Amino acid sequence: MSLAYYPGCTLKTKAKNLEEPAIASLEVLGFKLEEIARWNCCGAVHSLADDDLIHQVAPVRNLIRAREQGKNELVTLCSFCFNTLKRANLLMKANAEKRNTINSFMDEEINYSGEVRVVHLLEVLRDEIGWEALAQKVKFPLRGLKVATYYGCTLLRPREVAIDSVENPIILHELVDALGATPVDFPESTRCCGSYQIIRDPGTISAYAWNILSSALSHGAEALVLSCPLCDYDLGQGQKELVKRRDEFKGMPLFYFTQLLALALGLEPQVCHFELNYGNPESLLREKNLLP
Amino acid sequence: MSAKAKKKSPTATKVKKEKEVPEVKPEVELIPVYVMGKRYEVPEGLTLMKAMEYAGYKFIRGCGCRGGTCGACGTVYRKPGNYKLQVALACQKTVEPDMHMAQIPFFPANRAQYEFAELTSAPEEVFKLYPELFRCVACNACTKACPQGIEVMDASSALKQGNIAEAALLSFECIQCGLCTSRCFGELAQYHMFQLARRIYGARILPRAEHLAEMIKAINEGKYDDILDELKHVKKDELQKLYQEREGEPVTAGEDWKTKDKTYL
Amino acid sequence: MSVTVSPKRLRSEFVRKVKELSGENIQLCYQCGMCSGVCPAAPDMDLSPRQVIELARLGMQEEITESKTAWICATCLACTVNCPRGFDLSKLMEAIRLLTLRKNVDHVRPEQIPPEERDDIPQIAMVSGLRKFTG
Repeated sequence: MSLAYYPGCTLKTKAKNLEEPAIASLEVLGFKLEEIARWNCCGAVHSLADDDLIHQVAPVRNLIRAREQGKNELVTLCSFCFNTLKRANLLMKANAEKRNTINSFMDEEINYSGEVRVVHLLEVLRDEIGWEALAQKVKFPLRGLKVATYYGCTLLRPREVAIDSVENPIILHELVDALGATPVDFPESTRCCGSYQIIRDPGTISAYAWNILSSALSHGAEALVLSCPLCDYDLGQGQKELVKRRDEFKGMPLFYFTQLLALALGLEPQVCHFELNYGNPESLLREKNLLP
Repeated sequence: MSAKAKKKSPTATKVKKEKEVPEVKPEVELIPVYVMGKRYEVPEGLTLMKAMEYAGYKFIRGCGCRGGTCGACGTVYRKPGNYKLQVALACQKTVEPDMHMAQIPFFPANRAQYEFAELTSAPEEVFKLYPELFRCVACNACTKACPQGIEVMDASSALKQGNIAEAALLSFECIQCGLCTSRCFGELAQYHMFQLARRIYGARILPRAEHLAEMIKAINEGKYDDILDELKHVKKDELQKLYQEREGEPVTAGEDWKTKDKTYL
Repeated sequence: MSVTVSPKRLRSEFVRKVKELSGENIQLCYQCGMCSGVCPAAPDMDLSPRQVIELARLGMQEEITESKTAWICATCLACTVNCPRGFDLSKLMEAIRLLTLRKNVDHVRPEQIPPEERDDIPQIAMVSGLRKFTG
């Protein structure tokens, strides 16, 4: 079964380790992620100014691409892209005046009024495949791996885009469980990683990272699973600083959820591109005997 | 008043008349155009550039090859009652009635300084030199402003995605007129970025012609030295004979055609 | 500090602009402090999120635009989802940033990011950062 797919710019270069295991895993599960043609950068953030319509054009254009290619659902892997595309979609559905202005500005494109549904891969795994069906396909359960389930911001906020409960999300918990690993809930699982602040003041990112990673550690986690390339970058860069400054902290391996998925489904580790990960996850996996 | 054919009246006496200068009816219509807001009447069928010259403008900038390839004569124009901004090359586009035009021969655009020899084919090279690339909002104003019909936004998008080859191929027809930059919301200098992409593509990504390298090696190793030496000492008419009787590849030859004399293969 | 609350302040151009840009009803806030409590960046801020709303309501333009609060905000939306009155504080922060950015004054210049960092930074960080910090 084919799924219309929007990768986003980062997955094509820096976050190959999020995309490739996803494509491979979905094939095993009977799905084909098919990139929509002629997509452009979604703009990463949703513009919050009431009068700003030009910044809605980029995400809406991608939704138009999906629509004109006959798709009614668009799957994303990057949580930031998910958030921006979904918020733009909601705006086009809800606000007639803005919709008309945006449509008439993009006079070289077809008109669009929110016909495409934007979903994150986690929703596809939960709603279209189901945890039980997924657990049955697991060839190589990740026994003994204690993984902190980190959501970040963009999957759950604002309320209208949330893929799960805003206060007590369980979707990553359920995924990790289905893959045979041990999910570790911790209080800072929905705390922001610092996001784009890394370009203004990289020094502050290690404080954000410490809040999250120390909480995960103190609750017994030995690794962290996440879904957003910016969280990965911030927590990765942040922990490099922390390892230098704090003797007792040895770093924490960061995984994308798609990498754990691919491993558990019995795929070759090369498809996961662990060399791009922060925190040396391969050595942890070897220690736990989880590398085939 | 058209020149009337003079009919000789048989009874008319020969009277010396003043030579009538025939009034020439213009075969070409004059149409109104507006250059920087001022109205002129110019013959239809002229290019915008020739029309401006007809109107009395002398080009010392904004004019180059007059052949549609140098990018000097980027021009914007509008027609009354239509908000749409249109673009053209002044040397290529023909005037239309009521065109309101202005030239943009130059637009200040950021060009990064770099030593090309030090660049690799990694997309990060472009990101480092042109970080404003990330200010693109995919508004498509650049594509609408391109007189060459290039999908400028798609090429910028390709660069953002790290696909230098795609950006190079999409921007192949670029003549560096700068109109895209003049309209860019994010203040990017697309044509400079694309030129960098094409340079990287040509020098670092495009595969080399192996047979060319092999041929050069063979020449340098002296494979053809003897025959060239021989030919240098052949007399002119003998040389002509040799040339005319040479084994030529027939027009209908297939991929695997080879000469009968295989000495130099 | 003492502030004279006058109709002039409350109906100033600044208050009108902030309401217009954010599209939010700034009068909703009853200063419960929930936003400051959940904000991950609050420890580094000179004005807390709660203080920013109050000052915005009172038309205290200089204090707000000189503060670093809106620039430290990471738009994580913790404040937005936790506000008991449904006020979207992230939009107020954006409005404050835009008051500066729309005057063509950038907060971050992309060329000032060190080249070795630009090698590493993923596109997602550059695009989102430049959206928030440049006009």
